[in-house]
Amino acid sequence: MSSARVGVITFPGSLDDRDAARAVGLAGAVPVPLWHDDHDLKAVDAVVLPGGFSYGDYLRGGAIARFAPVMTELIPAARAGLPVLGICNGFQILCEAHLLPGALPRNGTLHFVCRDQRMRIENNSTAWTSDYAKDQEVVIPIKHGEGRYVADAATLDALERGGLVVARYLGENPNGAMNDIAGISNEAGNIVGLMPHPEHAVEELIGAPGTDGLGFFTSILKKLVNA
Amino acid sequence: MSTDSVKRAEQTPDEPQPYAELGMKQDEYLRVREILGRRPTSSELAIYSVMWSEHCSYKSSKVHLRQFAAKAPASDALLVGMGENAGVVEVGDGWAVTFKIESHNHPSYVEPHQGAATGVGGIVRDIMSMGARPVAVMDTLRFGPADAPDTRRVLPGVVGGIGFYGNCLGLPNIGGEVVFDDCYIGNPLVNALCVGVLRKDQIKLATAPGPGNQVILFGARTGPDGIGGASVLASATFDEESAAKRPSVQVGDPFMEKLLIECCLELFAADVVVGIQDLGAAGVSCATTELAAKGTGGMTVRLDAVPLRDETLRPEEILMSESQERMMAVVTPANVAAFMEICRKWDVPATVIGEVTDVTPEEAARGGRLIMTWHGETIVDLPPRTAADEGPVYDRPFSEPLTQAALNEDAPDRLARPTDLRAALLQLLGAPNIASKEWVTSQYDRYVRGNTVLATPADSGMIRIADVVPGLPGDGPGPDGVTTRGIALATDGNGRYARLDPYAGAQLALAEAYRNVATGGARPLAVTNCLNFGSPEDPEVMWQFAEAVRGLADACKTLGVPVTGGNVSFYNQTGSTAINPTPVVGVLGVIDDVSHRVRPGFTEPGARVVLLGETDAEFGGSEWAHVAHGHLGGLPPAVRLESERLLAEVLVEAAASGLLSGSHDLSDGGLGVALAEACLIGGYGCRVILPGTADAFTELFSESTARALVAVRPGSWDRFAELCAKRGVPACALGETGGESLVVEEVLEIPLTELRTTYEGTLPAIFA
Repeated sequence: MSSARVGVITFPGSLDDRDAARAVGLAGAVPVPLWHDDHDLKAVDAVVLPGGFSYGDYLRGGAIARFAPVMTELIPAARAGLPVLGICNGFQILCEAHLLPGALPRNGTLHFVCRDQRMRIENNSTAWTSDYAKDQEVVIPIKHGEGRYVADAATLDALERGGLVVARYLGENPNGAMNDIAGISNEAGNIVGLMPHPEHAVEELIGAPGTDGLGFFTSILKKLVNA
Repeated sequence: MSTDSVKRAEQTPDEPQPYAELGMKQDEYLRVREILGRRPTSSELAIYSVMWSEHCSYKSSKVHLRQFAAKAPASDALLVGMGENAGVVEVGDGWAVTFKIESHNHPSYVEPHQGAATGVGGIVRDIMSMGARPVAVMDTLRFGPADAPDTRRVLPGVVGGIGFYGNCLGLPNIGGEVVFDDCYIGNPLVNALCVGVLRKDQIKLATAPGPGNQVILFGARTGPDGIGGASVLASATFDEESAAKRPSVQVGDPFMEKLLIECCLELFAADVVVGIQDLGAAGVSCATTELAAKGTGGMTVRLDAVPLRDETLRPEEILMSESQERMMAVVTPANVAAFMEICRKWDVPATVIGEVTDVTPEEAARGGRLIMTWHGETIVDLPPRTAADEGPVYDRPFSEPLTQAALNEDAPDRLARPTDLRAALLQLLGAPNIASKEWVTSQYDRYVRGNTVLATPADSGMIRIADVVPGLPGDGPGPDGVTTRGIALATDGNGRYARLDPYAGAQLALAEAYRNVATGGARPLAVTNCLNFGSPEDPEVMWQFAEAVRGLADACKTLGVPVTGGNVSFYNQTGSTAINPTPVVGVLGVIDDVSHRVRPGFTEPGARVVLLGETDAEFGGSEWAHVAHGHLGGLPPAVRLESERLLAEVLVEAAASGLLSGSHDLSDGGLGVALAEACLIGGYGCRVILPGTADAFTELFSESTARALVAVRPGSWDRFAELCAKRGVPACALGETGGESLVVEEVLEIPLTELRTTYEGTLPAIFA
């Protein structure tokens, strides 16, 4: 195990925090639990915002979490280059915090959907995707009720032109996301938001078949070790 | 507004009381007066009426349910048996598992979304109160015909409610059933199962020992939900104006439940809880009387200390409120501060509302002494054991239905057999009971917590007990325990079989769940059950119930799997028409190494397709008779418990030895449906030839039990055949996996694409 330390924030209502920590550990980094109510990032080298329903999310996914004490530390750190991966609810929080553009309203079907989803990793130059081949096709589970990526035309155009679409759904679009977008990054490539759950595809035996999700966690480890 | 205190009750002995409106019979009311030596206060009447209700007291079922204990097979695994919130079984390496299934049928019909949601919440708190971390849920659902207009109201609501609550709570939903039948059209069945894990020395019980210990109510505030009859009391005794319409279905807050789970686990880890009980049906009434009854027998409660969501609630209403997401704990005075600190961390409101007290020998002999006050006045002073343990017990009359003989004589032999078996298979595969349930199950998170080894559409769900996160401690209760073990769960029931023969029907439900656990590679260990029946006051329904319980108890004894707990749901009927008797049985199994689990279906080409077991012409209550002819008559398939036991041994040993690349049980729709499902779920076709011991129709669609379909890995056939021969389990090699079609030589050939369109198209066409 290397000494790269990756924090995983737990909000009340976070559900996949332990799963994210497990993926970090399986990739070889040190998972560090971070608590929503602490003004403390414990000097970690990167942060994962895990899936779940932070504070219940009865209002709108991520709408309350962005104001959490730990976020007042994370937001400036992310703007200064700290690698951050937001998964599902984490992606919603990143959008609410304006660290990533766009929004994630309810799925077009109005139903929660859990399934193993085929997608393509289109940008392998971010802090979290360098271990994938460009345009590599992977199968990673999705599970969300609010995951339909939307943005205004100018934003979409900027994402497409800038190559900032990290992952795109293949086959049937599961939630009505614009341009089949499953995940995006900021221009610097340190902040990535994903609706799919790579932490549920890191062990052969558990979750989705295969280990296609592990690359997100090995990518960040390599970046941190080689930094 | 005056309060009906004990003092007032003594002064007004003849005041009429609305016991009938609360569902109490006159002799039950008189019994309460005899126990107390006076008329009950309205608060005491509230307590007795809910505690002595069918739902809480099992007064009609108790005399029958005793068989589960009396006939229980000797089992080293059983740590906590029936009578607690849930049973606990030991699974090895110091780990224990607790699981239970419970009904939420009526609320789910009235308000499908919240009714089903709170059903999940309730069963999860039962599991938490044993000291366990809940790790998975399952739901068995039964509705009217899929295309009936009301089913289109009820099913999406129920499924949405289960998803809303379970997904937000963060528990994987790993299996269950969805069944459609005319008999459930006015009375759907929504049975929820939860399973939890704990270290075996960490079991918590619902008890209140130690005079001076503090009674703490924690979780959500108490509101006016689910009060039902309490408003009768409030209005009749106090204020005609206040008879406001109360919602009779509770509203769930899964976020609060998630906080409660994490909070409870931290409380258990800090060892600051002496006794704990969840608040479900009968709320504070049930929690206080049961905790006191199992402890010293003495408790004082300041009812006005209960935190309220609605400050106008009267004491009777507080006692009967079924507000969700509440728990009650007994804590030593020295630990109260630590307890409160942990609750504060998780933003869970917690309030000391009472204290455990000593009782005199005379009080103990009467059943203990529970005193409740309301702003200084004593409003309850009763022996808690009389409410919790000594309710009425009825040995209700029962008699075989007059129509039973005619029903059994109407055998399916007279039904026209299909000439086109290909069309017959496709018709069955697309029938709502057989067709893919993905439209339902894709609305549930099956992956959260990262320990899901098998989930729908596998025959059983399977969960890894303890994960290892490099660099982090375990998150279960108690110290970390590394283990390779997993647990498997399956639930099954067949109301048609039970209608034809309730004794056999209950056994067949057990046999199928037992078999389903084994197909994944797990050894069946223990049983829970949810017994859904019509009115116990109808002797014919009572006969069905008595027969089903007797059948299940006998079969559990034969198979060596004890019943650890369960639930009875009566009054499932519309007018005088009862549902088919529907005993739903859940079986828990253990697998020593989860990496040996067998995946569902044909998962590789070149494997040998093998049919295990014997096939007779058995079509009574079959899916084919139902779909092709709308027929229900004759007798259900024969129960073959010894064959089931041997089959399970073969499946478990073959899994442990790595001989199988896929498996699937044979049940509804027989071999034909099993072959098609194995192809679709695993992703590979197959080419087989029928054994030829009967006609092709019988071999494809008979529902004979104790059978399974397996895919034996290339090169493993000799060892597998030897394993079967040793136990006398018939094994017939039918052919080989591979290709893009299901081919039954000389009978039918169907491309997988066509099978898939038929199998997956049905439910979306109706509900999407």
